[in-house]
Order: sequence, then structure tokens, then C-alpha cells
Amino acid sequence: MAQGRPPSTLPDIAHYTHVPNRHWGRWAAVAVIVLLLAGLARAFAVGDIEWRFVGSFFTAPAIMAGLYNTLWMTFGAMALGIALGVVTAVMRMSPNPVLQGVAMGYTWLFRGTPVILQLLLWFNLALIFPRLGFGEFSVRTVDVMTPALAALLGLGINQGAYTSEVIRAGMLSVDAGQYEAAKAIGMTRLRALRRIIFPQAMKVVIPPLGNEFIGMVKLTSLASVIQFAEILHAAQNIYYANSRVIELLIVAALWYLIIVSVLTPLQMLLERRFARGTGGTR
Amino acid sequence: MSPPLVSIVDVRKKFGDFQALDGVSLDVQAGEVLCIIGASGSGKTTLLRCVNQLVTIDSGAIWVDGALTGWRIEGTRLHALPEKEIARQRLATGMVFQRFNLFPHMTALENIIEGPVQVQGRNRAEAVREAEALLARVGLADKAGAYPANLSGGQQQRVAIARALAMKPRLMLFDEPTSALDPELVGEVLAVMKELAASGMTMIVVTHELGFAREVADRVVFMDRGAIVESGPAAEVLGNPREARLKAFLSAVIA
Repeated sequence: MAQGRPPSTLPDIAHYTHVPNRHWGRWAAVAVIVLLLAGLARAFAVGDIEWRFVGSFFTAPAIMAGLYNTLWMTFGAMALGIALGVVTAVMRMSPNPVLQGVAMGYTWLFRGTPVILQLLLWFNLALIFPRLGFGEFSVRTVDVMTPALAALLGLGINQGAYTSEVIRAGMLSVDAGQYEAAKAIGMTRLRALRRIIFPQAMKVVIPPLGNEFIGMVKLTSLASVIQFAEILHAAQNIYYANSRVIELLIVAALWYLIIVSVLTPLQMLLERRFARGTGGTR
Repeated sequence: MSPPLVSIVDVRKKFGDFQALDGVSLDVQAGEVLCIIGASGSGKTTLLRCVNQLVTIDSGAIWVDGALTGWRIEGTRLHALPEKEIARQRLATGMVFQRFNLFPHMTALENIIEGPVQVQGRNRAEAVREAEALLARVGLADKAGAYPANLSGGQQQRVAIARALAMKPRLMLFDEPTSALDPELVGEVLAVMKELAASGMTMIVVTHELGFAREVADRVVFMDRGAIVESGPAAEVLGNPREARLKAFLSAVIA
């Protein structure tokens, strides 16, 4: 047997051609799906959609301004959310029970109420506090609480409650021995977090954070209810005037798809950056 | 005789209902190599971790290099030191862990210079030069740029020893440094520790390597149920045990 020759009683078939399975089911499924897609495409093509309006409004100045607002609001609210999330996660993990309680209360409050309600509350803050500040240095709330600021605070603070749990998961994923090794070379808790724990937590944190980022792109559309001029709000303003509802909704949808498509590879770049020492991306 | 480098006085520690340390007293002279042996749960690792304050003691006192660790004396009361001060006190001791605990996102060299540069605020170029010398000393001059994941257990532990030495500690603590290693890698780590002992470093080593203890230790301490049961020169404690519990432990370990 060690020679690799079969016993002479078996037929000599080693030189025959191997024929793989024919996956007839797959080909049938492809045919059905292609037919359905073609039908769907035709339905949209002959349906009551004036595609030339989609083209002409795609880069309309109001839509471009909306795109700009959606983008900066996404990054602004996420920046605020991540900053709050990190602080909250560190407080939650601290040995101080007061800080733990504050962190848990914050998460409870903002995860427990709908974002749209929070946006409306921020926007109508003037009804609770007509003026902000002290004496000479106070301002009328309605002058300060613009749709943009209300949206930034509403979306960012709400996001912080969710992000804190993502960051906390990342911190918990780092082995306890890493804290001890950091302490053993004389690091304080905060320095250990910054130099040792957070860089390792990033690997775990980035995929869900990328998710949250993409969620935020679309969440900004909620700010249309408080008159923030992001893409959806811009599209609505136009269709109120010209009644091309579907065409403008398609314009907005395409822009959201484009933003998300650009963000996804950025996430992969970040993941590669923080996979140092693990022998490649896993 | 000069005062001991480490002086442990009647230290007690409870984890919940479990009495991990039950009145331990122990002196370690400068330059001495002390091995602590005992079954798991005997308190030997807890005692080691108390010395550099990874575990806070319930009562008693631990002095390292003339300083009372973790507490400030005020009248007849001891007040807990703030975290910053405890971190500063830890600089006097280097610690080597059973599971190495290298920082996986840093290369071997970056692991070693992290403490000197970030904590001690020393010049980076100088820290790098010293780290390279330390890597050569532990036989890993060619591994400066390697990440821990690409090093064997024995190599990781030698980097960990270099990382601890980079802080220029007065005292080195080893917590079962070879227990997590494949048998064929134990020797390379013990060789580094022998060289370190020969250089005059004060060392407290929690270990199951009785051969190492016999060869290198000036003194061996046997612990059981949170207390020191027997202590003396290595040859005596290991070769001619008096206590029944030590005899039972030695025959179990050797068998």
C-alpha cells in the first residue's frame, strides 16, 4: 500500500475525468430572480415616476445644502456621542459608586425615550427655560436653540448613551492582566486607560461604532421635524412646491446610499489601523 | 546589618470569607533571592501582589526600600495614600506575571520603553538604547520589532522581564513566571532569572520550580493556608523538611 498502487482487483480509474455536480437548482433560481428583477425594473420604468426630475434635482442647490447639513450633523453628533460615550463608560467602570450611578442614570434616561421626542424637547427648551445663563450674561433661549443646535444636542446626547455601552464592551474585552501590567509599571488608572486599554478596545469597538455611524447618517433625517435643513427636509421643501414627491424622495434616498457607501470602506481602513499586533485583520 | 529591603509585618487579607493571608511576617535583605513555594490557594501569589499593592492589605504593614507602602502615618492612624502616590511607590518594584501580560498592540521594544518614557518621562532615544541593551541581555536582540503575538511564550516572558527591568527597580517580583510555559521553554526563562540573581538583584519568586529554588534561592519559604509554615536556606527546607505539611507538599510535587 505504501507504493500508492491499488490492489489489482480494483478497476484502474485513476486517470478518469472528475465531473462536478450540476447545480440545476441554482440555475433555476437565477432564472427566476432575473425575471423578477426585470419585472421590478420595468414596473419602475413605466410607473408614474418622471426620472428626468430625479436627474435635474439630484444636484439642486437646496439638495446640496441639505447634503452638507446632513454630513456635518452626522459627524458633529457622532463626535459628541463618542465623547460622551467614552466619559460615561469610564464613569461606569470607575470604583466610585456616585459616578457609576450618574452614568447608569444617563444611559437609562436617553435610551428610554424616543429620539424624536428628545429632539422636540430640545427644540422647545424655551418653554421650560425662557432665558439661559446668569443675570447680565443671559440670552433668550429661542435665539440660541436653533434647529441645528437642538438637532446636534438631541442626536449627540442620545448617541452618547448608546456609544457608552459600545465603549464599555470594548473595555471589558481587554484582559484584566493588562490593567495589572500597566499598574505594575507605575501607571495611574487614567494613563492605563489611555495608553493600554483604549488602543486595544478599539479593535472591538470599531465595527459596532461603524454601525452607529451609518445609523446616524439616517437618524439625522429625524431632525427634519424640527426644521433642520438636512437632505430629507430639503427634498420635502421642494416637493411641497412642485408636488414631485416620489422623484425627490428618490433623490434623497440615493444621497443616503452614496454617503453610506463612502463611509463603509473608511471603517475598514480604521479597522486595519487598530489591528496592530494581531497578525492581520481577523 | 543594614535594614531589610522588604519588611512584611503581620499582614492579613480576606477575600470575602476566605482568609488569604493570616498574619504573615517576612524580611527580605537587599540582594537576597527568596523563593515562595506552596500549594495553590496557600496565599503565596496574594502575598507577592500585596508587596506591589495590586492587592490592598486589610491590616499589618509592608515596607519597601524604607517606605511604608500604601499608607501614610498620622499619629496612631494610617491613612490610605492617593492613587498617584501608590503608582509612584510601585516604581521601586518590577513585576513579572504568570501570563506575561505584554501589551499586544506594541512591539517588544515599545513594551519596554513604555514605562520609562510615559511614566518616568525619560528621554526616548536614551530609553530605546537601554531597551536594546536589555533585549540583548535576555537574548532577544533581534526581536525588538516583533509583536507579542509573533513571539513564543518563553520569548514573551523574557521581554516581560526586560520591561520590568527597564524601570530600574530595587526589587523584582516573579509570580509563577514559568507556569504558563511549554516545558521546553522553561529553561530559557530560568536562565535569564539566574543571570539576574547573579547580578545581585533582590528577587521574590513564587514558583513551582523546586530545582530553580534549590539552585538559585538564598532562602525558601513554604506557605500553607495563608501563613508561613517553614522558612530557611533552600537546601534545608527542600532537603530536610521538618513540618508534616511541607513533607506532604514536597512528595506530592516531586512524585
